[in-house]
This record gives sequence, C-alpha cells and structure tokens, in this order.
Amino acid sequence: MAGVHESKVDEAIEMGMQVVKEYTADDDRLMTLSVGPQHPGSGHFRFTIKLDGDYIVYCDPDPGYVHRGEEKMCEYRNFIQNIPHLERPVIHDSANITYSYSLAVEQLVGIEVPRRGQFIRALTSELDRQVYTLYWLAIYGIFLGHSTMFMWPTADRELFIDLLDSLTGARVTHAFNIPGGVRNDVPEGFKEKTLRHIAYYEKRLKEYEDIFYNNPLLRQRTEGVGLLTKEDAIKLGVTGSVLRASGVPFDVRKSEPYDIYNEIDFKVQYMRTGDSFARAYVPFLDMKESCNIMRQLLDKMPESGEVRAKLQPNPKGPAGETYRRVESGRGALGYYIVSDGTPRPYRVKISVGSFRNILALPHLLVGSKLADMPSIYWALNYWPVEADR
Amino acid sequence: MSQDQDNAAEKTNKKPENSDIVNRTEPSAKLASVQKPVTKPAPSTNTLTKKEAEPPAFEKAIVDKLVNEFGNKINVIYIRPLRMKIMVEPRDVLAIAIFLRDNMGFDHAESVAGTDYPKDNQIEVIYHLGSYGTETMEGHIMALATRTSRNDARLPSLIDVFRSVEYHERETFEMLGVYFEGHPRNERFLLPEDWADIPPLRREFRIKGR
Repeated sequence: MAGVHESKVDEAIEMGMQVVKEYTADDDRLMTLSVGPQHPGSGHFRFTIKLDGDYIVYCDPDPGYVHRGEEKMCEYRNFIQNIPHLERPVIHDSANITYSYSLAVEQLVGIEVPRRGQFIRALTSELDRQVYTLYWLAIYGIFLGHSTMFMWPTADRELFIDLLDSLTGARVTHAFNIPGGVRNDVPEGFKEKTLRHIAYYEKRLKEYEDIFYNNPLLRQRTEGVGLLTKEDAIKLGVTGSVLRASGVPFDVRKSEPYDIYNEIDFKVQYMRTGDSFARAYVPFLDMKESCNIMRQLLDKMPESGEVRAKLQPNPKGPAGETYRRVESGRGALGYYIVSDGTPRPYRVKISVGSFRNILALPHLLVGSKLADMPSIYWALNYWPVEADR
Repeated sequence: MSQDQDNAAEKTNKKPENSDIVNRTEPSAKLASVQKPVTKPAPSTNTLTKKEAEPPAFEKAIVDKLVNEFGNKINVIYIRPLRMKIMVEPRDVLAIAIFLRDNMGFDHAESVAGTDYPKDNQIEVIYHLGSYGTETMEGHIMALATRTSRNDARLPSLIDVFRSVEYHERETFEMLGVYFEGHPRNERFLLPEDWADIPPLRREFRIKGR
C-alpha cells in the first residue's frame, strides 16, 4: 500500500498543502474538518481544514453562503435607489459602506457637500465604527470563552445605537449618508447627549482593558499566535486593523483624507507584533481614538447651515469612472463605479476589507494548532456577509 | 487631498487620445472566425467629456516614468489627484506590473474588477494597485487596465507579481468568465456549487423579472 500513500502526499502538495511531518502512518492520518457554515462562531462562512494530529496542514476558505449579487443589483437601480440595499452586507457599519459610495457618486455627478453635512456624515461614520467594533469585540470575547466580554460590549453598543436612532430614525440600517450629504440635521440636544455617552463609554473602555485585554488567559491564547510579518501583510494586501497590527500605519482617513478629516487631529493606531493579540488590540485603540475624533467633530461643527446639496430626482453625470474609499471598521472600503452617462451605474465593484483579509487565513492557519484557530480566525476582523456582498 | 480638489480634478480630465483599445492578438485560432473586427470605438466610459486641465505634478511624474520606460505600450487614460489609469495590451501587462512593483512602489492590489462591454465585444479587467511600503505614495492608486475579447476571454494572471490578487482574480473568473492563465485555481468561489448559467456579471445575464 506504499504507493497509495505517496500519491496522496503528492496530491496534497499539489493542492498547496504543507505536509508538516513525513507521511508514514496509515491512510487516514490526516483528518478533514469542516468549520461552518453552521458553526456558531464562523458566521456564514465555511472553511475546510486538514489536521495532522493537532496541527493544521491545509486550509481552504469557501465563502459565498451569503452572496447576494449586490454588484449586479446595482446595475438595475439608479444611484439613489442603490443605497438601501448596499448597506445590507454590513448592517452594523452601514454608515461607512454608504459613505464611500456617496463619495464616488458625488465625484461622478459633480456635486459638493455642504460643510455641516460633511461633519454629520463623518460623525455617523465614527458612531457606526463604534457599533461595529463593539459587536466584533463581543463575538471575539465569546469565541474565546469570555462571556462577560460578550455581555458588556453588546450592552454598551446600545449607547451608540440610541444616538444613531435619534439622529437617523433607524437603529442599524440608516440609509442616512446619501450623495450630496445626509438626510436631515441633528436633533435638539444631540451634542450634549453624545458627549455624555462618550464620557460614560470611556470609563467603560478602561474596564474592558482590565477585564479582557489584561486578562492572563486572553494573553496566553493570543500572544505570539498567528504571526503575520510586515512583509507578508503587505504582500497579501490585507487592510485595516490586520495591517496596522503588523506595523504598517496605514489609515485611509490619514493617507487620503476625505470630507473634513484633514481638519481632525488624530493618530493612526498601530502595533508592531503582528500576532492575534495585536489584531485584537488595534480595534480597541481605534475605538479610543474614535472618541477623540467624535469630540472634535462635535466641537468644530458649524452651528447652522445646509446639510445636503440639492440633487436632481434622478442624478446622473457624464460618462466616466471613479474609485473612492473610506476607512471602515474593517479597513479600506472602496467603490469602483463606471458610469455611461445614464442615471444607473454601468458597473459597481465593491472592494471590501473582509474579502481582502481572508487571504491571510490560510497563510496564518497552516502550521498552527487547532486550538489557536478561533483566536486567529476572528481576530482577522472578518465579516462574512460583507466579503460575499 | 480634499474632496474639493478631487472634484476639481474630475472636471479637468483630459480626453484620451485613443479610446478604442482593441485586443488585436488572436487569442485562439479556433475562435478567430467568430471574432469580428471591431469597427466602432469603445463607449465613452474611459473618457470624460469635460475640458482638459493641468494634471497634478506628482502623479504626472509617476506616469511619465512609466511612459519613458515603455513608450507607446502605455495608453494613459487619466491623471487625477491620487488616481491614475493606464490601459495596456494583454501581452504587456505582466512586464508593466513587474515594473510597477519593483520600481514604482506599488506593492499590493486593492481590487480587481471586470467590466463587460458587449458593444466592443470586449471585457476590461482593471487592477487597482496601491502602496503600503512607500510613504509618499500611500494615498495613490494606479489603475492598470487591459482588455480581452469576450468570445475567448483569457488574460495572464498577475498572481506571481501581486499575491493579493488571488481571490479577486478568482472572483473575476466566475463572475465574468475571464480565464487567468497561470492562476492555480480558476474555480467557483462565491457562486452556488450548482451554478449552471453564464457568468452573472456579463451584460446579457438578466436578473429574473427585470
């Protein structure tokens, strides 16, 4: 039966597997394990791994369980009608996914957003960054068996959902950032309420740090696990917190400031270690910095003025194309839109952080232990629905 | 660069010299008879109708360096603040990609998008290349575009140049039916396992009821 073994190993190497140990034992030495799509932690995402003992020797991501054809749907609707369905891929961060779309359409149609509208838009973007990152943190907590870290962020998320509710009228899918600005002005007392919530929230962040990030159990499970070097991070083209955890201080808000972000004073949060801990800690640092940004936005916002530029009912621009991006909760989020001069886009391509970050999953999993899989996988800040679009 | 400047640059785009970039190489002898010569120029999707103005200096220097190296193999479509687009022939795409990576600092691909142009019987594949390693280039995106025939859509894969295109090219393969030569897995990725229809992002694929 020796011939059978050899051919299997050859086949495995051909498939891109790294055979860690000499293949000497019987045929069924490697165990195939399918993670997801029904796995409670994987989300709507499946990946197949092969195990040699405790070590993962092969990983094949299989997304697409929530593919909804957003890009095709865009071709049938006009620029404004596209907004409500475009925020479905990531409902917790819907302000950001419609933000870059609005920037791209504004460039194609050739309109300029009033200054007060730009501030409100940036504010919703920061609020949604908090909502998304808290949700992600809650799942990361329960993934590693830390139930308190599931409960706390889920509860504190309500602070920002409440603010967004009073501002936009919807808890998660706002359809608020539109080409030309935002739908309506802030309600009365919004600034004071937001400042109050931020003050409370910052106290909570300190408690998060104590109970979760300084927890020796979490540290042992994440530190030194899933190392992604700076060179590999650049080569794989990852983005967002995954990239910044590997020592590349790249943030779209800094390198390509959109709207009024060039007037805001903030630092790009990054770490150099490149392990799962850094990938889990960088979003936390982002949340802290985001509180500073929100305070500045509220402070510098003009007292009154228009929030939305007047648009035609069926806006259209000259034929052309554009590529605009923003920094979302999961990294750069870009829209490539081709217009043929009609009110409907000819082609819309959404380049999302999640889709770019899964490329790092096989890279990190192969060679690591099965027990490290949860901390590596979810620290990639991967949102399956967004990746599938 | 602010939004205003970006908008201003949009208005200032120059008209491309030749919008009819035709893939003149015959990809397959078998299909040669099916392919009709393209007489009509490409739709004006690559052109901007607005008046020409001075392109930004830094971006122009980048494109000039490319043009110096490759001459008329490069067709400059636009130069805007932070954004450049060039159109090349499929046979040159690998050499130009390697030059962009090694000499210009573009080290990863942000996105790969395919666009179907049935009027020209062509599919355009566009790589949006960005830079993490070079500080001065961080916000800049180089759009490297190439076109292939719809009947036998084949392009060389850039996976050996930019590792980050792997899933993007695989998605373009299943969504538009462009076969990437040299890519290890031209396979289904996002679509259902039992998908038995034409690639859905081709224009003739219609959503039911529309």
